[in-house]
Amino acid sequence: MDDARSTPIRVLIAKPGLDGHDRGAKVLARGLRDEGFEVIYTGLRQTPEMIVDAAEQEDVDVIGMSILSGAHMALLPRVVELSQSRGMDDVLIAAGGIIPDADVAKLKAAGIAEVFGPGTSIGQIAAYFREHARKRA
Amino acid sequence: MGDLGELLRGTVAGERLPLARLLTAIENDAPGLRDLLPQLFAAGHGGHLVGITGPPGSGKSTLVNALTEEWRRRGRRVGIVAVDPSSPYTGGAIMGDRIRMMDHAADRDVFMRSMASRGELGGIASATWMAAAALDAAGYDPILVETVGAGQSEVEIARLAETTVVVEVPEMGDEVQAIKAGLLEVADLLVVNKGDRPGADLAARHLRAMLSTAGGRVSRKPPPIMVTTATSGEGVAALADAIEAHRAAARTPEEATARARNQVRRALADLALRRASGSASWDATLQSVATRELDPISAAERLLEKDAT
Repeated sequence: MDDARSTPIRVLIAKPGLDGHDRGAKVLARGLRDEGFEVIYTGLRQTPEMIVDAAEQEDVDVIGMSILSGAHMALLPRVVELSQSRGMDDVLIAAGGIIPDADVAKLKAAGIAEVFGPGTSIGQIAAYFREHARKRA
Repeated sequence: MGDLGELLRGTVAGERLPLARLLTAIENDAPGLRDLLPQLFAAGHGGHLVGITGPPGSGKSTLVNALTEEWRRRGRRVGIVAVDPSSPYTGGAIMGDRIRMMDHAADRDVFMRSMASRGELGGIASATWMAAAALDAAGYDPILVETVGAGQSEVEIARLAETTVVVEVPEMGDEVQAIKAGLLEVADLLVVNKGDRPGADLAARHLRAMLSTAGGRVSRKPPPIMVTTATSGEGVAALADAIEAHRAAARTPEEATARARNQVRRALADLALRRASGSASWDATLQSVATRELDPISAAERLLEKDAT
């Protein structure tokens, strides 16, 4: 079971909150596709409930959220809470976007596995997901 | 990831996470899945299996969203499998069908699953029929299967679905397109979507005229041709009615037998290939064909016989 997985890792890419554009999220979705991931892209203006509903139905291994609006402290921990309340404790939850350093530690304490800031390469994100996503039979 | 039998029990009880994980097991052909199949099938409720196909950008996802809204209004629980293509180079995929399903994001009576085609040709994934069976066991009805954007020959969905809806757009081309073989031929219902564009009614008339002249050895009735505007909902209730009306037609003994024949044929081919390619003499037999000592048909026979004895 610890062997390299033969099935693609499924990733939900979501934009929580009221950001006006999703350029970065789309670039990431495309990049992860090229890295061999199956990416489910949900589009703009998602509530934490919508994100967790989608993640549940899609049974993704990873939830990746991109957020630029500054509302990360209000929205991201809520996604972790909801996921756990539905029994999805084994889903890796990560975030990216414009997030001040001071908040990164708080987000990690709230269950966000990693926060990718500006300048992170898609290769780094892909490697992180491969290493930390749950292993399946 | 949990015992498969337990996932099936949760699925039948209407829980969502067990259903989602059962679908993953199906996609990944997880160990033990084969043994679960009889139970999975027996747990079905007979939900109406509807295929939605058509070229990329014809509005399949938007139409699925609009149909879902209509069926929710009628108190139905809707299950959806949306298939998108996998990259032939990396195996990766981007599945964006949820973007157009946001209206139903919080609706517990709509279950939508995105599926990558994983190298399978024909517009659907090989696990799609089993995924539909899982949604059926969970009691969804209808179950919509949206194919990858199909060209002219991705007709696999018609072998699977009870009712196949082919979605076209007004700019689909001239009348000759309508009499070519392929996608249009497999339609039980033909939809000209984007009906608010100029030429939509004309396109529908052309299709009607060309398809009604069919004759000869094909005894099939020409499909009803409908015009919808999925973005506004125009024509969608009528389409839902037509799909409902086709349900009975799809369940005559003849139609059911024809579908069974296709399914078993497909299963048989898969099984034969899987067994033969797992046989010890596979490589040696391939070599004999490569060096022209053996013809391909004799090789296939030999591989199957070896396995049988």
